[in-house]
Amino acid sequence: MASVMERPAVPFPLRSRTRRRGWDLVVRLLSTAAALLALVFLFWILAVVVRRGVGALDWTFFTSLPSPPGGEGGGLANAILGTVAMTLMAALIGVPLGVLTGVYQSEFGRGTRFGSFVRFTVNVMLGIPSILSGLFIYVVMVLATGHFSGWAGGASLAILIFPYVARTTEDMLGLVPDTLRESSLALGAPRWKTTLGVVFRAARSGLATGILLSVARVSGETAPLLFTALNSPYWPTGMNGPTANLTVTIFNYAMSPYSDWQRLAWGASLLITMSVLVVTIFTRWRVSEEAA
Amino acid sequence: MRPLRLASAPLPRIPMPMSTMPATLGPRRWPDAVFRAAAMTCAALICLLMAGFFVELTWKSMPSIRAFGFGFLTSAHWNPVTRQFGGLSSIYGTLASTAIALVIAVPLSLATALFLVKLAPRGLARWVRQGVELLAAIPSIIFGMWGLFVFAPYMADHVQPFLQETLGFLPIFQGPTMGIGIFTAGVILALMVIPFITAVMRDVFTMTPPVLEEAAYGMGATTWEVVRNVTVPYGIQGLAGGVFLGLGRAIGETMAVTFVIGNNHQLSASLFASGNSIASTLANEFSEATDPVYGASLIELGLILLVMTFLIQVAAHLWLRRLGRTTGRTL
Repeated sequence: MASVMERPAVPFPLRSRTRRRGWDLVVRLLSTAAALLALVFLFWILAVVVRRGVGALDWTFFTSLPSPPGGEGGGLANAILGTVAMTLMAALIGVPLGVLTGVYQSEFGRGTRFGSFVRFTVNVMLGIPSILSGLFIYVVMVLATGHFSGWAGGASLAILIFPYVARTTEDMLGLVPDTLRESSLALGAPRWKTTLGVVFRAARSGLATGILLSVARVSGETAPLLFTALNSPYWPTGMNGPTANLTVTIFNYAMSPYSDWQRLAWGASLLITMSVLVVTIFTRWRVSEEAA
Repeated sequence: MRPLRLASAPLPRIPMPMSTMPATLGPRRWPDAVFRAAAMTCAALICLLMAGFFVELTWKSMPSIRAFGFGFLTSAHWNPVTRQFGGLSSIYGTLASTAIALVIAVPLSLATALFLVKLAPRGLARWVRQGVELLAAIPSIIFGMWGLFVFAPYMADHVQPFLQETLGFLPIFQGPTMGIGIFTAGVILALMVIPFITAVMRDVFTMTPPVLEEAAYGMGATTWEVVRNVTVPYGIQGLAGGVFLGLGRAIGETMAVTFVIGNNHQLSASLFASGNSIASTLANEFSEATDPVYGASLIELGLILLVMTFLIQVAAHLWLRRLGRTTGRTL
């Protein structure tokens, strides 16, 4: 009893009822406004990208090379091709590495020292700015080979996919109840069959979502490509030289004084935004459909 | 009635044809060993990769470390012509734009999370939540395009003159209002990290035991009083975790900042002035740095950014571990 008496009086009754109600209303309004503000900016950005970009998306945009500086017309077919190729390559390298790391964390390393160190490392790698991935690949690949290349661009994107997929895999496999694993093992299935045939099957929609989202995310990255893939106004003739890509093209063209190049930059912005958003919305929609 | 008779009946013995009998009696072990080794190799690879980042960047920035020593951190003199390099303006710009981003984003995220968890009807909350999360899906370079061509002019014409009229006595709000500069970069960064901070804060809010909140409501507290006196104090550690996450995101953001920060190595007291950040300096100058010391200085800037983000992640890790120990919850 004594301790209750010593505590400061409960704050509520000391203030007038109208004032408390008033504050509550103010906070409710501000809070609603804050939530709407985020949406306002989302729609503002999307509206700008659509309005400025839609004019540039015609047949030539998807089929021809960019025009020379100051020239009219032209498209970004080479950049579209390059972005698709490097994103695919990054996914082919990064996804298996990430999935296996996630498998280690969830199936073998649980509760071990190395397991918790790997988890920490994955978190650190997730937090590393994407431009540093480009810088690292520049140092180990571009300097070593002596030239910029699509391989280097793909590798720096793969470094970004790797921890992202590892994290998703660990999270998704962690949701699978242990009883499933035990049942499978008790039936005599070896560990690898249990993981691939039972645990993966149970987690497959979550895994697919995570992987798709990470690839979509990486396809819109610019910073890791700036000094690995660089950019190129020509058709890619393999991944061994500087490779055209959409995002670095946006960066270069947006800063250029030529209105036609700026128009192409907006077209590329629209294309990349819509691709990323469509994949994101589609995967989320599928997840909510399955949950329902 | 359960057919007890069946349960107790002896199983019929089915003779197994020799061809399907396993070759060895025990389970075959080598595929499992291979599987385990593959998983472990990949896990080790990501650890090596992290170590590789530190080793390679340190190694390749040695020429600059040898030439400038600790002076690199305290000098804002950046002149490729005289080959004098100091990283202070980039470090300052990184910290200043991140600070602006957090000052704006943390209250807005808190308010948005409050709206999503406590105020909005469930259907509306779902739509708003997905809208806010979509903001995180927009590529960085799109924020840059929009920032440079649309938002910076808007800042120059409306927001910055307004700030100057009302708060112009502060040195940070003085100087010409060009739109391009550290302030605009910070505002755009805020937009980019709001989805991440909001997501964490929303989770933290939903983890408060309903009993605590209902008790406060039962005493006649208003929603705001419940949030201020119960929900926020209960989740304060988790909320701080959200701020860490936003900090880590904002500090290395490259393209959006590069478009709007102005790319200027001059230090200025005004936030309206153009400046640069570590990431924007790298993005702008790396491909033209042919001089070895110039290149090494840029790599050293990258190393500084790497150390900064590493420390943030370590702090977040320790913080969350403490959170898990003290409350038994994990984020």
